[in-house]
Amino acid sequence: MPKISKDFILTGRRMLPSGSCLMTFVTADGSELPEIAPGQFVEIKIDDVPSAMLRRPISVCDVRYGTELILFVKPLGQGTHHLVSMPEGKKVNIVVPLGHGFTVGDCKGQRCLLAGGGVGAAPLVYLTRALKQAGATVAVVLGGRSASDVEGVNSLYEAADAVVVSTDDGSAGSKGVVTLNPIFNGQWDRIYCCGPTPMMKAVARIARDKSTWCEVSLENHMACGLGACLCCVEHTDDHGNVCVCTEGPVFNIKRLESWMEK
Amino acid sequence: MDGKINLSVDLGAGLKLANPVLTASGTFGFGHEYSDFIDLNRLGGFIVKGTTLEPRQGNPSPRMAETPSGMINAVGLQNKGVDYFIENIYPTLTDFDSEVIVNVSGAKLDDYVAVAEKLSPLDKIHAIEVNISCPNVKAGGMAFGTTTAGASEVTSAIRKAWPRHLMVKLSPNVTDITEIALAVEGAGADSVSLINTLLAMDIDVERRRPRISTITGGLSGPCVRPIAVRMVWQVAKKVGIPVVGLGGICNADDALQFIMAGATAVQIGTANFIDPTTTIKVIDGLEDYCRRHNISDINELKGII
Ligand SMILES: Cc1cc2nc3c(=O)[nH]c(=O)nc-3n(C[C@H](O)[C@H](O)[C@H](O)COP(=O)(O)OP(=O)(O)OC[C@H]3O[C@@H](n4cnc5c(N)ncnc54)[C@H](O)[C@@H]3O)c2cc1C
Ligand SMILES: Cc1cc2nc3c(=O)[nH]c(=O)nc-3n(C[C@H](O)[C@H](O)[C@H](O)COP(=O)(O)O)c2cc1C
Ligand code: FES
Repeated sequence: MPKISKDFILTGRRMLPSGSCLMTFVTADGSELPEIAPGQFVEIKIDDVPSAMLRRPISVCDVRYGTELILFVKPLGQGTHHLVSMPEGKKVNIVVPLGHGFTVGDCKGQRCLLAGGGVGAAPLVYLTRALKQAGATVAVVLGGRSASDVEGVNSLYEAADAVVVSTDDGSAGSKGVVTLNPIFNGQWDRIYCCGPTPMMKAVARIARDKSTWCEVSLENHMACGLGACLCCVEHTDDHGNVCVCTEGPVFNIKRLESWMEK
Repeated sequence: MDGKINLSVDLGAGLKLANPVLTASGTFGFGHEYSDFIDLNRLGGFIVKGTTLEPRQGNPSPRMAETPSGMINAVGLQNKGVDYFIENIYPTLTDFDSEVIVNVSGAKLDDYVAVAEKLSPLDKIHAIEVNISCPNVKAGGMAFGTTTAGASEVTSAIRKAWPRHLMVKLSPNVTDITEIALAVEGAGADSVSLINTLLAMDIDVERRRPRISTITGGLSGPCVRPIAVRMVWQVAKKVGIPVVGLGGICNADDALQFIMAGATAVQIGTANFIDPTTTIKVIDGLEDYCRRHNISDINELKGII
C-alpha cells in the first residue's frame, strides 16, 4: 500500500456530546483514497498552530465510498483543539495510510469482541465493518466515564451484532470499568482493544489469562509516523524496541508481555 | 535566465553531489521510508541512520517531546549494528544516483575505528559522516566532540581506517565550535558538518516530571536554525575544508542562509517529519532562486556573507 501526502478538504463535522468530533475529509483533487486497512492511521498537519509543528497521528475511524476518510478526534492539547474547531471547507495535508492495522484475515464464524474506550473506539468502527464483511460475529463494548462519553458513539457501530456500554458512574449501561462488563464472561475467539493505556492493559491481561487471541492498538508519541526517527518505540518480547508507527500501532499481546506488566 | 543552472557541488576527496541537498542522519531512516513520497535519486545524497559496532536498543520511551518550533529527542542511537547494515541494508542502497553516506557512531575510539574498517570495502559508500556529537549516549558520543583533544584523536584514528571522504559532524554544545572544527581539519577530516542537536530539557509541570525518559535530550528543528547559521558562518571563516550546514532547514530560503553563510551543502532533518517532500521542494526552490536572481551556479552564493 503506497503512502500519499495530500491535501484534503474537511467536508463534514459532527460534534458529539463528549466533545469529540467526527470529521469527514475528501481529497482536494477529487482522487480516490488509497487502500486503507482497519487500524491504520494518518498523520495530519495542523496549520496555524505554532505549538503543533509536528503532524498529529489519528486513527482511521472509517472509510466510506472509497473517497471519504472519517476521523474521530478528541480535543486534548492545542493541536487537536484546533483540529476539531476547523470549519468545513478547510484544507489540511494528510499522510495516509500508515502503520500495520488489525488482523482480519480468515475470520468466518469467529466470535469477536471489540473493546473501545473514549476516542480509542475510533478504529473499531472500520474494523467492525471489515470483520462483518468477512463473516465474523461482532460484539462491541464501549467504555466511558459517564453517559455523555458514549452518546452518539454507540450508533457508529450499526454493523455490529451487539453493542454494550460501560460507564464509571453507571449513567449508561453497566456501572464500572469496561473489563467489569459481563460481556467479558462470554466465549470469544478474538478480542480487539483500543483505548486508554490502563484499559488496554486490563483487557490484555484478561485475554492472556483466558488464553484468548488479542490485539491492542498503542498510542506512543510519534514524530514522523514513517519508521524514520525511532521516537515511537515500544519494547516487544521477541524483537526488543520496535517502531509503533510501522510494526504497529496494532500488536498481538503475545509480543507485549513486559508492556502489560509495566 | 534560460540556460541550465548548475546545482552540483564538490565536497572534495571524491564526494561530488548533483545538488547541495542531503538528508540528516537519524531523520531519514535508510531512505526507503520516504520512497513513496519522493524520488530518492533526486537528492544530492542521503545520510543514513547512526551505525555502531554492536546493535543498540537505544533509550527507553518516551523519546520525544515537541517544544516551540522544535523537538527534543533521546533516541540513543538505536540501530542493528554495522554487520547488519552491511549484510541487509547496503545491498538495497547500491542502485541510487544519489550519494549514500553512512553516519558512524561509537562509545569508544576502537568502536569508531572498527566500524570504519568494516565499511571501507563497500565501494558505493564514498563518504562516512562521523558523529562525535551525539548528546544521547552516556559514554563517548558528544564527549569526543566537546574537546579539541578528543575530536582530534577520534578523527585521526578513523582517518587511518577510512580511505575515502571523511566528514566529521560537530556538536554545538561547546564554547567555541571553531576550535573543534580546526582540530578535526588538522587531524585529516575532508569536511565538517554542523550542527548536531543542542542539549535541551523540557518539563511536564502537571505531572512534575521531565518529558523524556533520559531527562535531557537533543533539540532540533526550526528553533535551532539561527544558532546553526551563526556557527556555520563562524566555522566557514576559519577552516579550509568544505562545511556542510544543517539545523532547522525547512525550505529553500533556509538552505540559502546556510549556503550564504559559507556552507557548500546542506542537510535536512526534522523538516522531513513535517513534510516528507521537503527535500525535493528545497532542491526545486534553490533552482528557482538561481533563476530569479540570474545565477548560473549555486556555488556563486557560497560564503557571500
Ligand atoms: C497511532 C495513534 C492513533 C491515534 N488515534 C487517535 C484518534 O483516532 N483520535 C484522537 O483524538 N487521538 C488519537 N491519537 C492521539 C493524538 O495523536 C494525540 O491526542 C495528539 O497528538 C495530541 O496533540 P495535541 O497537539 O492536541 O496535544 P499536545 O499539546 O501535543 O499534548 C497534549 C497532551 O496530549 C498528550 N499526547 C501527545 N501526543 C499523544 C499521543 N500520541 N497519544 C496520547 N497522548 C498524547 C501529551 O502528552 C499531552 O499531555 C492517536 C495517537 C496515535 C499514536
Ligand atoms: C530523531 C532524531 C534522530 C537523530 N539521530 C542522529 C544520529 O543517529 N546521528 C547523528 O549524527 N545525528 C542524529 N540526529 C541529529 C540530526 O542529524 C541533525 O543534526 C539535527 O536534528 C539538526 O538538524 P534539523 O534541525 O534539520 O533536524 C538526529 C536528530 C533527530 C531529530
Ligand atoms: S514515529 Fe518516527 S519512527 Fe515511529
